[in-house]
Amino acid sequence: MGSYYRPTNMTDLQAALRSGPVHILAGGTDFYPARVGRPLIEDILDLTAVPELCGIEETAWSWRIGATTTWTDIIRADLPPLYEGLKAAAREVGGWQVQNAGTIGGNLCNASPAADGVPALLSLGAEVELLDSEKRELIDLTDFILGNRKTRLQPGQVLTAIVIPKPRAATVRSVFLKLGARKYLVISLVMVAIVLETDKDDRIIACRVAVGACSEVAMRLGALEEVLLGEKRSSELQDLVTRAHIAPLTPIDDIRASKAYRLDAALTVIRRALAQIGSLS
Amino acid sequence: MTEFLDFIVNGQSHRLAVPPLTRLVDVLRDFLSLTGTKIGCNAGDCGACTVLIDGKQTCACMTAAAQAAGREIVTVEGLAADGALNELQAAFLRHGASQCGICSPGMLMAASSLLRQNQTPTKAEVEDALGGVLCRCTGYQKIIEAVLDVGGGAPEITGKAVGASLPKPDGPAKLTGVEKYGADDIPADCLWLRILRSPLASADVELGDFTDVIERTAGLEAVLTHKDIPFNRFGIYATGKDQPVLAETCVRYRGDALVALVGTKEAILALGLADLPVTLTEKPAVTGVAAAKAVGAPQLHEGKLHNLLIEGIVDKGNVFEAVKHAEVHVEGRFETSFVEHAYIEPEAGWAQRVGDRVEMHATTQTASMDRDEIANVLQVGLDKVRVIPTACGGGFGGKLDVSVQPILAVAAMRFDKPVACIYERPESMASSTKRHPALISCRFSAGSDGKLSSAEMTADFDTGAYASWGPTVAGRVPVHGSGPYFVPNVRVTGRAYYTNSPPSGAFRGFGVPQAAIAHEAMMDDLAEKLGLDRLEIRRLNAIRAGDETATGQRLEASAGLPACLDALAPHWRKLNEDAVHFNNRNPQASVRRGAGIGAMWYGIGNTALTNPSTMEVGIGGDGTIMLFNGAVDIGQGSNTILPQICADAVGLPAEKFRYIMGDTDRTKDAGKTSASRQTFVSGKAAEFAGLELRHAILRHANAGEEAHLELDGHILRVTDGEAVREIDLAALPADADGMVFRGAGHFDPPTTPLDANGQGVPYATYGFAAQIAEVEVDMELGTTRVLRIVAAHDVGRAINPQQVEGQIQGGIAQGLGLALMEEYIPGKTENLHDYLIPTIGDMPRMDILIIEDPEPLGPFGAKGVGEPGLVPTAPAIFGAIRHATGVRVTRAPMLPHRLRAEIRKREKGNG
Repeated sequence: MGSYYRPTNMTDLQAALRSGPVHILAGGTDFYPARVGRPLIEDILDLTAVPELCGIEETAWSWRIGATTTWTDIIRADLPPLYEGLKAAAREVGGWQVQNAGTIGGNLCNASPAADGVPALLSLGAEVELLDSEKRELIDLTDFILGNRKTRLQPGQVLTAIVIPKPRAATVRSVFLKLGARKYLVISLVMVAIVLETDKDDRIIACRVAVGACSEVAMRLGALEEVLLGEKRSSELQDLVTRAHIAPLTPIDDIRASKAYRLDAALTVIRRALAQIGSLS
Repeated sequence: MTEFLDFIVNGQSHRLAVPPLTRLVDVLRDFLSLTGTKIGCNAGDCGACTVLIDGKQTCACMTAAAQAAGREIVTVEGLAADGALNELQAAFLRHGASQCGICSPGMLMAASSLLRQNQTPTKAEVEDALGGVLCRCTGYQKIIEAVLDVGGGAPEITGKAVGASLPKPDGPAKLTGVEKYGADDIPADCLWLRILRSPLASADVELGDFTDVIERTAGLEAVLTHKDIPFNRFGIYATGKDQPVLAETCVRYRGDALVALVGTKEAILALGLADLPVTLTEKPAVTGVAAAKAVGAPQLHEGKLHNLLIEGIVDKGNVFEAVKHAEVHVEGRFETSFVEHAYIEPEAGWAQRVGDRVEMHATTQTASMDRDEIANVLQVGLDKVRVIPTACGGGFGGKLDVSVQPILAVAAMRFDKPVACIYERPESMASSTKRHPALISCRFSAGSDGKLSSAEMTADFDTGAYASWGPTVAGRVPVHGSGPYFVPNVRVTGRAYYTNSPPSGAFRGFGVPQAAIAHEAMMDDLAEKLGLDRLEIRRLNAIRAGDETATGQRLEASAGLPACLDALAPHWRKLNEDAVHFNNRNPQASVRRGAGIGAMWYGIGNTALTNPSTMEVGIGGDGTIMLFNGAVDIGQGSNTILPQICADAVGLPAEKFRYIMGDTDRTKDAGKTSASRQTFVSGKAAEFAGLELRHAILRHANAGEEAHLELDGHILRVTDGEAVREIDLAALPADADGMVFRGAGHFDPPTTPLDANGQGVPYATYGFAAQIAEVEVDMELGTTRVLRIVAAHDVGRAINPQQVEGQIQGGIAQGLGLALMEEYIPGKTENLHDYLIPTIGDMPRMDILIIEDPEPLGPFGAKGVGEPGLVPTAPAIFGAIRHATGVRVTRAPMLPHRLRAEIRKREKGNG
């Protein structure tokens, strides 16, 4: 049986990071399922009692979502339309049980190709804040997740927050769509998250389109984003997407769906997400 | 490392010394004995362990004990005080929202979290809040109805018990968390047992010497191997005992049992195969029926040439001639997959030696077969084994085979302590039986008037590594393969082949659901070819009383398919019109609607085999009526139904009944809970027992047949016309069970063995049903949403209409899973997030139409309904998909990517 440490402030947390390799625990919704029928022997550093790691904070230039903020916290938070996509993703994470316990930081660190939070956060242009015993650093989310269950997190380092820069435009809209083989508790076949920033003429001045579950790491579709820039927002945005735009996707054949299906469905879900965001009031 | 945990549970403060990383669910169950919180998966996939933490619903299996510190936890035991029911629990009882009851605590806690913030939720809000809890029994509809009716009134139930929707007598225990399932009543001082299983589908096995490991490992008492098993084989049929309790020289599927560790929980959990002198040498595995049949295929069992376990055949009339003269022919090939039972309660139990006997407490569908199997494995007499079934958290056929029982019995006889074993979800899924995958080829022929002249079918089943119930499937399918129709010429062959896959066993319908997918597609093909309505062609051919079945059995009565179809007809017309309107109104929409129909029949009880049940009932000195009930209630409701039947036979109220369920020392053999037989067979035995008890009382009172009985405490009043006689039960001599009057009843439905052509009387009666489905298919994504099912079932007589509805709704849910999402793949879907079963959000509105065409042999006219609910669902859904999309479905499950591929194929063909 291992040690278990549950610091209650940042100083103690940082001190703990100095003292050697540990397994980091937050909501437990990935930790325990990976250990069914196995002894629980890890040395644990439990982040959930550090108040600074939990909650959503607005600053002049950004929002900061603490790593142990739960999906329910996000759903219930009073946030601008920019976050509708993230909230929709939060509602798709497991049942209420998992939304009440699972954390946004844990979702990123677990680095599942089908993590519900990742496409939405990519569409928000999120950065992640990493802390070790010496320093904090801020890196782009795209640089943080390296592969299936692989991140840049080093031993002695924790993810403390997700930082979302405020958009330039006054008008921002976001959507998130998830395709699964059943209604609740389902691992995604395809996820699409889109954020559009528009000017006073409803022309797109910035946009981010991210697709999940169709590559080892969820990714943005740069070519599509370029095409969308300068377009006037309408449901006809859906007609702009082509097969070439999804060429970077590399889905796999697995028990849930074939590779061909995922590509085909990704195109459809992107079109629908564009139609939806194009017709939002 | 152990720390003190301070927290509040159900209003009471606790300070416990527990390792901080312990799952909260284990703290509640093991430290506080609050076993109302269930463990279904330990992975957050099923929600059975849902509790409230500071008012929020949370999976206790994924919460570290340390994170519960200082918080307030509410479990199912905390919903109401002293065994009472709160309004939510009362609504569950009133609506029949709990069947096996294993998900009920989780459902109740999830609903409680919703009701705390919203006392008047909508249906959609209920679904969102309960979406994290899986139920495998109910189809969710009655659960939703219950949550929407908290505080509602109960209808008054008076008069006869039969025909009344009486609440389950075991309902309150299931809804308060008091009920004890396989894992809930394990003695604190027991040893634990864990089976280590093969990760390979086929391998040679070499076992070394385990002495060192045992010496070196603190808390490890023994490593049991095949050498410790007196008779190392088990299986359903006397001729099919081919599954080793523990492997000898080889393993035949991923999940096959190798050795068993016995010791403390910590010790057995810490060891894995890599720590033991067990050598596996991988061999080529046989996967699928085609590989099993192939020339030169590895042979799984000696004497089973071409890996053929068994072949069953039904041959009536002259198919060759009929085909020559028929005007229309249709044919097809169909394929289905392994399907997992996915009962929410994993296998669990414990055993102890009592003198020279072994006593087994385990979750099961059959106490008597377990007793026989344990005695055979131990090579002792039947009198040396006592089986006391625990409550069963879902079975559906999967708990007809023994699981923990043989090895626990062996271990219990060896140690001076009780020994317990609980499967984790992946072990349960890897090791337990599955629905047989089927490859079915068929050809149906008819005249231009649409009347069937012949039906041909060859159904090859993948029976996996061991025989299990393979022979039943191979025997039952030929009888049913031509469908619920009168067909003069029939030739159906069912074959079961061994492969290196999990043993296929019994699963709600024994192969008939697979066959129904084929025969119903044939009916749709014929309707299309002849331009007939799909319901009409079924009505035209529906088998009726007086007709002969494929086995040459003349149906004497209770053949209610025409009545089912008539009841569906107005709904059918409406769903078809609605689909056409919807599609015409939205010609450009990506969603298309369609309607489909499936019909079925199902022989009640064993196929052409003796199938008896004996029930006893007595009345005690205190006026309690005791049913000595050997039938195991796995949630289907026999604990309610049998007292209802018996009560009306005696002439006393069902509320006065208590029962002893399944204890082999105290009840007679009522057979297994399988083949939809308990209401029909044990129900008839309960009726006879009740009548005998009544006659004993009437004789004592010297009263006539028509006398009226009334119980008032220990006074039994017998009113015969003007004469009133009061019997003081307390004053009469009681037998060893405390009974002063007794009755016994026995029933074995009349059947005959089938001859070489499969001709004879395999079943005494048949259930009939038809269901219609309305679906919406997303043509671009290949996803299917079932909007509505209307189900009409001829059940002979509904003893308890609410429970009949519950059985059908639950069957529909499993049929929907079979049709659209369920596919077990060894090594890939051994958990409940990769293996998908329907959630509360996947179920359509279900309307149940109960048809009562009485069965003269059955108790008060009743026959079974357990399996029929599932059989027509997949055919109806597939018919509706075809109606919506034009795609003729030949593969189950119709996953989105498969349907999308078919849609694209058609679009290309048309374009």
